[in-house]
Amino acid sequence: MAARVLGWLAALALVAGLVAAFGYAPREAVQGNVQRIMYLHVPAVLTAYLAFGLVFLGSLGYLLTRRPGWDRLALAAAEPGVLFTGITIASGSIWGKPTWGTWWTWDARLTSTAVLFLVYVGYLLLRGMVDEPDRRARAAAVVGILGAANIPIVHFSVKWWRALHQPATILGPESSPIATPIALALFTNWIAFTLLFAYLLAKRMQIARLEDMHAG
Amino acid sequence: MRRAWIVVWKDVLSERRSKESLNALVFFSILLLFVFQFALGPERARVEAALPGLLWLGFILSGLLAFGRTFLVERENDCWEGLVLTPGDKSAIYVGKLAGNVLLMAVVEAVLLVLFAVFFGLDFTGVLPGLSLVLALGTLGLASVGTLFGAITAQMRARELLLPVLLLPAVVPILLGSVSATQTVLLGQPLAEAAAWLKLLAAADVVYLVVGLLTFEFVLEG
Repeated sequence: MAARVLGWLAALALVAGLVAAFGYAPREAVQGNVQRIMYLHVPAVLTAYLAFGLVFLGSLGYLLTRRPGWDRLALAAAEPGVLFTGITIASGSIWGKPTWGTWWTWDARLTSTAVLFLVYVGYLLLRGMVDEPDRRARAAAVVGILGAANIPIVHFSVKWWRALHQPATILGPESSPIATPIALALFTNWIAFTLLFAYLLAKRMQIARLEDMHAG
Repeated sequence: MRRAWIVVWKDVLSERRSKESLNALVFFSILLLFVFQFALGPERARVEAALPGLLWLGFILSGLLAFGRTFLVERENDCWEGLVLTPGDKSAIYVGKLAGNVLLMAVVEAVLLVLFAVFFGLDFTGVLPGLSLVLALGTLGLASVGTLFGAITAQMRARELLLPVLLLPAVVPILLGSVSATQTVLLGQPLAEAAAWLKLLAAADVVYLVVGLLTFEFVLEG
């Protein structure tokens, strides 16, 4: 029931987000319409970080309490997390082609996001390899905790790696004091993505619970 | 601490008698050397330019083989239950296995360095102290994650596939830090040039070690 309400809220917010991104927000002066990818790109990556935070929380919770609910939370957060990271990379790539002239560059943020993506794809692969629920949950939790602890280390290492090779030439495409309409449109889409994520999370947890009931 | 020693001692002893891991790993390093040589061609400048990366590629590939075997031998010989039933703190087993892996990696690294020196006509003697520090920090990081993940994947199907898929993205910081620091050292620059990287490696080592120590007992349960 709560999931259904969340679903409708997410749908409404996404429509509002679309209107804000295409109707309300002005055309960006330098980049033109391409800049509107930002309304997909930035909320997606913020949601992905939220998701991986929840994977960490779920993993920690499981190891401390051994309640299957925590493991279901970790699983239900990891799948959309990977999805949103994928959206971030794909949309960034599409955005990069017209603005930077290339689909991919080994820029610090791109690289660390890609590493993050690979870590959690590995996490999901691992989950698929074990059938016994408690063993799967324990193994996944350890990988989930290490993955989260690793995020800042990956971030800094990749940043320095780029800094040492060449000065950061690629700067964020938006000019820094962000215009209010753009910020508002961004905020709307961020809310929409968070709601969508919450809906997917609730649904996935529900399915996982049914799976566990069926298996047990 | 004493229990960790016992685990190391047991592994070193069985390795000394069987030599199954070490022989295969040394031979594997020689093969890697050939692969590098064939891939890069005979030009010496190219090898020298790529040297830090090649070295760590060699270490990490040998490491993957070593880490995968760490706990597999316990399973193959039906000793897993014995480990689980060991009284007291399970993290001692982690420390022991980790120390064994670091030891094994150190031997493989020494062999690889000698091979590189001989086959590519390089001289490492002048940079040895700095290089050893970088190798020690990098190896500790690799082995901490590798031992933990090796224990996880030892009990799974498709483990030889899963270990690299989990380990490689997780050790990206170690790889970046080690390769950059190795480059600095090999260029003959003072170690202070790579201070930031060494600090990052040390920090990463500590984080991985702590996570490994705290979570290992959950992995061991079987």
